[in-house]
Amino acid sequence: MKRPRLIIVGAGQAAAQLIASLRADGFEGPVTLVGEEAYPPYQRPPLSKAFLKGEIGLDRVILKADSFYEEAGVELRLGRRAVAIDRDRRMLRLDSGERLGFDRLVLATGSRVRRLSCPGHDLSNIFYLRGIDDVEAIRPHLVAGARLAVIGAGYIGLEVAAVARGLGLEVTVLEAAPRVMMRVTAPQMSSFFEAVHREAGVRIACGTMVEAIEGAGRAEAVRLADGRRVEADVIIVGIGIVPAGVALAEAAGLACDNGIAVDALTRTSDPRILAIGDCTSHPSLLYGHRVRLESVQNAIGQAKTAAAHLLGRDQPYDEVPWFWSDQYALKLQIAGLNAGYDRVVLRGDPATRAFAAFYLSGGVLIAVDAVNRPPDYMLGRKAIGERARPDPERLADPDIPLKDILS
Amino acid sequence: MPKITYIDHAGKERTIEVPVGLTVMEGAVKNNVPGIDADCGGACACATCHVYVDERFMDKVGKAEGMETSMLDFAEDVAPNSRLSCQIRVTPELDGLVVRTPKSQH
Repeated sequence: MKRPRLIIVGAGQAAAQLIASLRADGFEGPVTLVGEEAYPPYQRPPLSKAFLKGEIGLDRVILKADSFYEEAGVELRLGRRAVAIDRDRRMLRLDSGERLGFDRLVLATGSRVRRLSCPGHDLSNIFYLRGIDDVEAIRPHLVAGARLAVIGAGYIGLEVAAVARGLGLEVTVLEAAPRVMMRVTAPQMSSFFEAVHREAGVRIACGTMVEAIEGAGRAEAVRLADGRRVEADVIIVGIGIVPAGVALAEAAGLACDNGIAVDALTRTSDPRILAIGDCTSHPSLLYGHRVRLESVQNAIGQAKTAAAHLLGRDQPYDEVPWFWSDQYALKLQIAGLNAGYDRVVLRGDPATRAFAAFYLSGGVLIAVDAVNRPPDYMLGRKAIGERARPDPERLADPDIPLKDILS
Repeated sequence: MPKITYIDHAGKERTIEVPVGLTVMEGAVKNNVPGIDADCGGACACATCHVYVDERFMDKVGKAEGMETSMLDFAEDVAPNSRLSCQIRVTPELDGLVVRTPKSQH
């Protein structure tokens, strides 16, 4: 098979990287890209930051020039959904009824938002933030003086809160967990971000479940389990994402395990079909168990791994995961996954708004959260990959150069 | 539209018209110029868009500041004319700009 026909399902950042890597390294087969949204691949991180704020336009969110796909010889099928994979006949069926033949298939279906299910969840004026169209729908509501209730205090919720405060809205953040960003960060980091938001004028209520959204046709208030009622002109929900495309994969008999299960080469249980990015779970060589990552880094890393595999140059995927979040003038950079940590070492004083949290498990550095401290993040990321065992006492002393501690 | 020339480590040149307001990094990524990965999309969070600015343009482009300086520390083979291309905004004055990409980003 000299020129295998490749179909990529899902037109996100992973797909764009896969195409770029494949063409740069000499993949000659015809490529078709199927995407549900009307847009060619674009960056999602700015959607809850600069794009929401209106600082940057669509031109800067879209990843590639239109000519890129033309020059790469990629056929775009946008606004189309893949509905079935026939593995025996090697055919992909689209919602238009059309059938496309493939030799290799890559699922890059990303993730979709988790939705509210409480009474009133279907009222108007409740928004989720995942795509460009979501932001376009939200923007007209972000006017100074309006009351915004944000449900969920994860990255998305807090980034939205920061942008909305900047635009002059009255913002209340509601979180079921006892503290903000609980899933990803240590209590010290949560307290810091909570304080920053409060200082900016955001009201935060943690440890309280949303019981219902009230209103007649249009959402007017959030009723909490503790009886409180938070009035709102607009509600934005950020309660996490779930892998997309799992039903499609399962129906085709592909193994799924908290996402489409792939190996370190991005192969699904059918080696002719690969899967990359948010929709997958993969065996982490670093952490020794299967993980599902929701990040640009993983989308790009697995795309490069898949491209190498399709070109016959296997290179197992083994990267330290990394993430970032911008809130107000703070840049939070995260390397590694902190699950299972038994010790947190703070480096620097949170009061200076430049500090880092180092997470250790059995003495091994497994993750770093750095606020306005890029060197801690960059050195930490490298040290995590090296399974470093830094001395906690020295780590806590900002006068000792990190380079000396982590090398 | 300002023209920017990207020269890779092997000497291959690519000249691209980049709209004013985009960054030098975006001009490269959108047009598939190799050697500039910019994994973080321009958030100054990854140091994978390191370029060497042609000396003739150093005055117009300016030196790295603040967060960019700290991130540049982690790029490889940093020189006095090193910049992170995600932090160079294209202006009409930068027409004709030449940047070189380091070997480590290929």
